[in-house]
Amino acid sequence: MATPPTNPTMSERGRSLVRHRSFLAQPSTIVVMLLLIAFTVSIVSLSEAAGGDISTSLVKTLGKTMCLCLIAVAMDLVWGYCGILSLGHFAFFGLGGYMVGMWIMYARTEAIVVEAARNAPLPPTPQEIRDAIGTQIFGVVGGSDIPPIWAFAHSLPLQLILVVLVPGLLALVFGWLAFRSRVTGVYLSILTQAMTLALSLYLFQNDSGLRGNNGLSGLQNIPGFEEVPQSVVSVAFFVASAVALGAGYLLAAWIVSGKFGSVIRGIRDDEPRVRFLGYQVEHYKLFVFTLTAIIAGIAGALYYPQAGIVNPAEIAPIASIYLAVWVAIGGRGRLYGAIIGAAFVSLLSTWFTGGRAPDIHLGFYTIQWVDWWQVLLGVAFVLVTLFAPKGIGGLVDLLVRPKRQASAGQPAPREAAE
Amino acid sequence: MSALLEVAGVSVSFDGFRAINNLSFEIEEAELRAIIGPNGAGKTTFMDIVTGKTRPNVGKVTWGPNNISLLKRSEAEIARLGIGRKFQRPTVFEDQSVFDNLLMALKKPRNPFAAMLYRRDEDDIARIRALAEEIGLTGALMRRSGELSHGQKQWLEIGMLLAQDPKLLLVDEPAAGMTVGEREHTTRLLRETARTRAVIVVEHDMEFVRQLGCRVTVLHEGSVLAEGSLDYVTNDARVIDVYLGR
Repeated sequence: MATPPTNPTMSERGRSLVRHRSFLAQPSTIVVMLLLIAFTVSIVSLSEAAGGDISTSLVKTLGKTMCLCLIAVAMDLVWGYCGILSLGHFAFFGLGGYMVGMWIMYARTEAIVVEAARNAPLPPTPQEIRDAIGTQIFGVVGGSDIPPIWAFAHSLPLQLILVVLVPGLLALVFGWLAFRSRVTGVYLSILTQAMTLALSLYLFQNDSGLRGNNGLSGLQNIPGFEEVPQSVVSVAFFVASAVALGAGYLLAAWIVSGKFGSVIRGIRDDEPRVRFLGYQVEHYKLFVFTLTAIIAGIAGALYYPQAGIVNPAEIAPIASIYLAVWVAIGGRGRLYGAIIGAAFVSLLSTWFTGGRAPDIHLGFYTIQWVDWWQVLLGVAFVLVTLFAPKGIGGLVDLLVRPKRQASAGQPAPREAAE
Repeated sequence: MSALLEVAGVSVSFDGFRAINNLSFEIEEAELRAIIGPNGAGKTTFMDIVTGKTRPNVGKVTWGPNNISLLKRSEAEIARLGIGRKFQRPTVFEDQSVFDNLLMALKKPRNPFAAMLYRRDEDDIARIRALAEEIGLTGALMRRSGELSHGQKQWLEIGMLLAQDPKLLLVDEPAAGMTVGEREHTTRLLRETARTRAVIVVEHDMEFVRQLGCRVTVLHEGSVLAEGSLDYVTNDARVIDVYLGR
């Protein structure tokens, strides 16, 4: 093949472009970080705790939304970039919540028991305190013994380690078995969904050691901070969620920016080809699957103290399907798309199901959004999949791309080829 | 001198159909070899066996001076040992730039952590530029490879193969969909490459094989029918019968 005459401007441009551009210098990273900081600062300064007008419940809703955005970023990494449609990431999210919830319940109950025993004629023995805690926590499921899985519940640092370890190990073992057997595509999705369902059904049992369908409750009352008003606690969690989202986003952006990102996108598009290049595909998938499970666990650990309760219904497969819907609507394969999707859809969902959306009277029938919201969401999902596969994030291309081409003063690449 | 790759007595069947039947084959360290044969002769299955995609029912496949067996190894391990493969249908990562495609193929540690911490340096960029020059894609380095023409994708895949720096190249119909000028370039490149490493070209096009000017192995019904120079095999009565005579 004769070498085509090289256009000097093209190769000049090429030369500057092959220099590695740090993920920190990418416009999307900068914009997302600035918006996140601006949003966090303005919400905090307008919150009730700071003497503003934003109610504590709204701060909690926004803080929870940040956590949902974080798990959506994880979902985008595993699905949008690596092509693994996991329908199990909300299980990891829930597990993160359970792990931190165990400490909150235990430590709070312990404080109450000790306080109640203060007036007793004889000081209680440690065993008596333990029994009292067991009765308090597990009386609701007809037990009084503290199950072995609560062995570390007295210690916040240990439970925080479990927030990372439990989802991480579950994902590692599950992923190792699945990827090693080369289960891919829809079969893998079904497998992850089965895992989620099994976990949820197990937790529904009263003897699972995690209070069955009652779940863990009262999680908004943080032990040691009983005197601090909820308006302040909510702001603290809101800020923590924002920091976690920012850190998670930066980590994900770093991972997808380099060669690792190239390889996982290659796996998404043509897995056998990546193998023939010498990459051990299973290791890459396992890494991404486990890392995103850990991010999901951390997001859950921040979410449930704001929600106040975690129960097995939260882990049900439908939650993980919603997660996929958020990412699809926001635009998968771009991290900010996941944030847009999760924030937009979950806030809209809160509005519609909160009963504040006006009913539509059709004369013969009244559309009540509390019931019809899910239908609307389903229709939106179908429409996005069919007609706008890039999702809401695709709108950014419409705004940015034409400008860039015009400013470069070059014909569109397709024409330049001829 | 021992062979670089030795395939001995290999058979494989799919649902009772013997795709490869007691096949034996050898190639030296710096050799260009063409494999021809009618459809269904087992050419692609042969490549699948060597690259680890298909496991044979019986037989041995050994590699390198230490005669290590390839039978128990995964596709990725075999690729890392130095066997590169180019597919018939050009398979490049269409969503990514030509540069990123070549970078991914470049011979470097392949584990996830190495990939994550990898930072491109001047040497790597220079190497990719040289490859791009060789495959005529210098001006297209930053283009999405999905935008390339069919011939350019073929070239990109050849470039990726070279970037891996393999000891053995398995090339499936490299000239398909190329113009006459591009074919000549491909011929030159393959002959050049075979000076330092082994190259196996699977090809239908007899004229292209003639240009390569190398030993030819004729496959038929999963075994070797004849082996020798192109003139020798094309004068073989059995070869004429099963292949050329049609």
